[in-house]
Amino acid sequence: MSFQAVVFYVLSLILIVAAFRVVTAKNPVHAALYLVLAFFTASGHWLLLQAEFLAIALVLVYVGAVMVLFLFVVMMLDINIEKLREGFWQNFPLAGTVALVMVAEMLLILSSPEANLAGFQAGPAVAADASNVRELGRQLYTVYLLPFEAAAVVLLVAMVAAIGITMRKRADSKYINPAEQVRVRRNDRVRVVQVQAVKPEVDTASDTNEQQA
Amino acid sequence: MLSLTHFLVLAGILFAISVLGIFLNRKNLIILLMAIELMLLAVNYNFIAFSHYLSDTAGQIFVFFILTVAAAESAIGLAILVVLFRKLDSINVEDLGSLKG
Repeated sequence: MSFQAVVFYVLSLILIVAAFRVVTAKNPVHAALYLVLAFFTASGHWLLLQAEFLAIALVLVYVGAVMVLFLFVVMMLDINIEKLREGFWQNFPLAGTVALVMVAEMLLILSSPEANLAGFQAGPAVAADASNVRELGRQLYTVYLLPFEAAAVVLLVAMVAAIGITMRKRADSKYINPAEQVRVRRNDRVRVVQVQAVKPEVDTASDTNEQQA
Repeated sequence: MLSLTHFLVLAGILFAISVLGIFLNRKNLIILLMAIELMLLAVNYNFIAFSHYLSDTAGQIFVFFILTVAAAESAIGLAILVVLFRKLDSINVEDLGSLKG
């Protein structure tokens, strides 16, 4: 077995175990961490397939951003796991059967002589100094320029939507509107009261008491 | 030697595992979102494997766009989840009956 095949099988084993733990883990935090492991392993596989840019992007974007977002949300919410796990294994026979049937069907299709997958041979090895990033960049900014910009708009809309959905006015917030503060005139805040100057009356009664003492 | 079939079978198994996850965690919205992410990963495997064995980088460009859309999807999904939890104090799918659907 070649070195690449060994790497492939080891990574596949890790990936399948991690994916299975994602869907069966009791604690959602563990599930998120296993999903991180699955993505990381997948990026290893993609390196085997010489998709270097996407392998790195998967680690940076998925492990670095999306999964951290997942972890944030999972840890922020106070979830009653026992209630959510009620009858968890009850569906397992059905679910397992469906999954096995799906895998069997795909195996059948992939192994059929009509598909002729063995005819797909990896192309000539790319030169050691060939840059996958440069090739993808060239295509993104020439052939796929319009989809690329659409993707940028999709991300912008997603960001605006996510902020718009989660923003709320808190009742106990001490927020002050700066525009109101700037618009304030002197007369709104300061009131000048004219007070008559009054001379205090001298208390003569207490004076006489003191003299008697 | 590794062949295209290796990667396609692996992607198929990964996809089946995430279908299994959707069946099992039909109450837990967070794990459902994670299972969807796994499914998208399985699809990406197919694109990249074909891109490698056909020596055509168009497949990788597609994966790039799928990653973009998946990131947007999970961001909005989690935002909805947070708002839902604020309202209902629960992320149980069975509690989401307020639309009486």
